[in-house]
Amino acid sequence: MIKLHSSKKIIMKKLITSFLGIAILVLAISISSCKSKPKDADIKAAIEKALAADPMSAGTTVTVEKGVATIAGECKDEMCKTHCADMVSKIKGVKSVVNNCAVAPQVEIAADDPLAAAVNDAIKDFSGVTATVTDGIIKLGGTIKKDMWMKLKPVLDGLKPKKVDPSGLTIN
Amino acid sequence: MTLQEKYKDLVDTATTSGVSNLKVREQDGVLYVDGDTSGAVKQQLWTLYEKIDPNFLSGDLVMNISSVAGVNEGAKLKVTTNRSNLNIRKGPGTDHEIIGKAARHEIVSLIRKENDQWWVIKTDDGEEGYSYTQYLTPIEN
Repeated sequence: MIKLHSSKKIIMKKLITSFLGIAILVLAISISSCKSKPKDADIKAAIEKALAADPMSAGTTVTVEKGVATIAGECKDEMCKTHCADMVSKIKGVKSVVNNCAVAPQVEIAADDPLAAAVNDAIKDFSGVTATVTDGIIKLGGTIKKDMWMKLKPVLDGLKPKKVDPSGLTIN
Repeated sequence: MTLQEKYKDLVDTATTSGVSNLKVREQDGVLYVDGDTSGAVKQQLWTLYEKIDPNFLSGDLVMNISSVAGVNEGAKLKVTTNRSNLNIRKGPGTDHEIIGKAARHEIVSLIRKENDQWWVIKTDDGEEGYSYTQYLTPIEN
């Protein structure tokens, strides 16, 4: 009597265990099927996380609709634009990428000859100052009074140089 | 520290002080700040720049803030040379012949803007020609 009772118990236990196992399996399948089809909001969050971690992609934004990611904003150059779209396309759940990024215009740097002529015009009235222009960089020499330097630097910056290098200039 | 961080105060001031067409871009280790504003704000920004980078020694910022974009034909300009008279030339460049002079602190009229550096001006005596804009300060109303 006791024996039978205990064997019944064992059967019950086995039944419960297998039932639980099936339940876990069903749950696992449903979760994984959920994972393979992420929601737009989750895709967007994943893309935003990836974009934020990538310094090249600063200034871009993204929207996602039915797995189609649309990126917009400003990229530094063409390479950056391609890189950005490429990175987004690899994120799970992204079916396709619409790349609406605009390439930011490059900083306009004056050509050396007109720049050198303009620099000569600019420093003409600042006696004691010399300047050379190479690859858009204005390199200064000589001496200048501080109040005059405060006047000259804004003029030089207005000539669209790549850089103004006063390391050789004595300011007193 | 990035350049944007170094000059954050400057860029923030430019943004809040009403600089129009403001552009802030970094390229090859130099920060470029462009825009148009009033003479007072321009002065404020340059003072701030010198405070962040004394004597502008780093050479890592090119600030092209114009206070003359809104100056139109017929505007009155004061000759603000350092010491001497202002040359009035036949063409836009110091290689062009001098055809007249305007005295320091004399008021002249703007006829036309040739470019950012050279404007055609006319004195009260009727002398007309090209002068360097660096030495011309618009009289603000």
